[in-house]
Amino acid sequence: MFELLGVSPQALFGQLLLGVINGSFYALLSLGLAVIFGMLNVINFAHGAQYMMGAFVAWMCLNYAGVPFWLALLIVPLIVGGTGIIIEKLFLSRLYHVDHLYGLLLTFGLALIIEGLFRHQYGVSGLPYPNPLPGGVNLGFMFLPYYRAFAVVFSLAVCLGTWYAIERTKLGSYLRAATERPELVQAFGINVPRMLSLTYGFGVALAGLAGVLAAPIYSVTPLMGSSLIIVVFAVVVIGGMGSIMGSILTGFGLGLVEGLTKVFYPQASNVVIFVIMVIVLLARPQGLFGTPK
Amino acid sequence: MTSKNLELLTIAGLFALLLIAPFAVYPVFLMKVLCFALFASAFNLLIGYVGLLSFGHAMFFGMSAYVTAHAVKEWGWPTELGLLAGTAIAAVLALVTGMLAIRRQGIYFAMVTLALSQMVYFFCLQAPFTHGEDGIQGVPRRPLFGLIDLTIDLNMYYFVLAIFALGFAIIYRTIHSPFGQVLKAIRENEQRAISLGYNVDQYKLVAFVISGALAGLAGSTKAMVFQLASLTDAAWQMSGEVVLMTLLGGLGTVLGPAVGAAVIITMQNYLKGLGDWVLVAQGVIFVITVLVFRRGIVGEIGAFVAKMRDRGHKSDEKPEALSSAPPH
Repeated sequence: MFELLGVSPQALFGQLLLGVINGSFYALLSLGLAVIFGMLNVINFAHGAQYMMGAFVAWMCLNYAGVPFWLALLIVPLIVGGTGIIIEKLFLSRLYHVDHLYGLLLTFGLALIIEGLFRHQYGVSGLPYPNPLPGGVNLGFMFLPYYRAFAVVFSLAVCLGTWYAIERTKLGSYLRAATERPELVQAFGINVPRMLSLTYGFGVALAGLAGVLAAPIYSVTPLMGSSLIIVVFAVVVIGGMGSIMGSILTGFGLGLVEGLTKVFYPQASNVVIFVIMVIVLLARPQGLFGTPK
Repeated sequence: MTSKNLELLTIAGLFALLLIAPFAVYPVFLMKVLCFALFASAFNLLIGYVGLLSFGHAMFFGMSAYVTAHAVKEWGWPTELGLLAGTAIAAVLALVTGMLAIRRQGIYFAMVTLALSQMVYFFCLQAPFTHGEDGIQGVPRRPLFGLIDLTIDLNMYYFVLAIFALGFAIIYRTIHSPFGQVLKAIRENEQRAISLGYNVDQYKLVAFVISGALAGLAGSTKAMVFQLASLTDAAWQMSGEVVLMTLLGGLGTVLGPAVGAAVIITMQNYLKGLGDWVLVAQGVIFVITVLVFRRGIVGEIGAFVAKMRDRGHKSDEKPEALSSAPPH
């Protein structure tokens, strides 16, 4: 087989695949953050904790109730999204009239509570989740595990579906209108407070979904969310939260870049996204898809 | 008596208490409180007086701790030079990260500082001089100016108190200077400050550097007190803790951060054996403070005192740092 700069194609494509998988989680999470921010003007710091919750609820469903992965893929986002709606009703809805930073601080507190509770209950060593789709196919230049292929295709489909729902449907147009002028939309008889709850619930459900998808790939641990959310914040700064498609593209793109870095300069793979963020801040402070104020 | 005199009187009283405190309370605990009080006060300079929420102040705290510990232990530098080196590094780091972070506002500023500090964290994790997970242990407390034996905890305590007093004085002076007034103007209405001809970015950057350098001084001092610099000091949880201390004590109040630090450190001490419940308790305090008393402990007391003093008179002074949502 040929080698590229001393890297075997197996290793290269293996890392690229892992990069795309990470990218699909970045995309799902930054998409959820963007949807929530667009509507509520809140940066949801609990997003990582809610992603972790998704993985844990899937694990609990399997181990305590025997719910298989495919059913969990459907119901876990609903459960996690439901907790999101409760959070919005109980806490976030009280903060819309004060500075947006308080929303960030509140959700940071919630993230600490969620992470602390799961750490207390399950410890920090990971729990295994069986692969629901074992096996794979040898493509000649690389081995492609079925489940990983599924995870990428599925999250891409969810991302595109979300984009379609927001940009091309009537419900989405209400949502965009309420983002711009909530009072006006309310005056047309649309229940804006309920829309806010549902939007937050939907964003949180996306995080939960990403968690379920991640469970068979990474081990399920209470720490899986907090390290990820910081990278996702950097992704959001790079992409800017103005555009749904922008979040998706930035997420997948940065996952790929991170995968490539792992192959060619592994020492920098932890920080490459932050370095890109620094470059973007210098060259285009509003973000790749953001609009200057 | 004006409210400024009342404030000064309270500060003087508290310092008098701190002078005799080590005879009643374990000095190492008090030193920890003082380090974090300085850390939180430095952080408050940004959030309380410029309205910038930094979620990455652990990078200054942790980096300075490492530099001081390394200089004193490996290079054999005297204590006072080690502290200066740590503070200087924090100032340089704040200058570089500040120039990047002030390019964005509001929540983006918080996310950028968080990401930058995570970058510093990974640097600390991988750089050889920090000794990874072990940290730098057993840093010697060399005699201060070659004269005062700092291995005696009581001597160390008064040295730390002096450092805290110095840092606190710098912050107090900054807040009450014309420079500080401009900072408040930026917090209240950035566009108006720009239209009045102030170079807003420059003011923000200077405030960021002062805040970062003093946070570094706190980290360096902590490294000398515990003779240890570790990854905990640079991790994002530390950034969260300093936010919590300041919020609980009162954003934009002079004494709030110190009070918040004392409360949180005391709580951590009591809950030490309970492991992960500390995290939960901190989260609960966050949620309750944000929902119920956004002005924090000192802010609420200040508001109460102001209400008692001039009933019916003007009470337009709002200690709440972030009182209303900015217009879209």
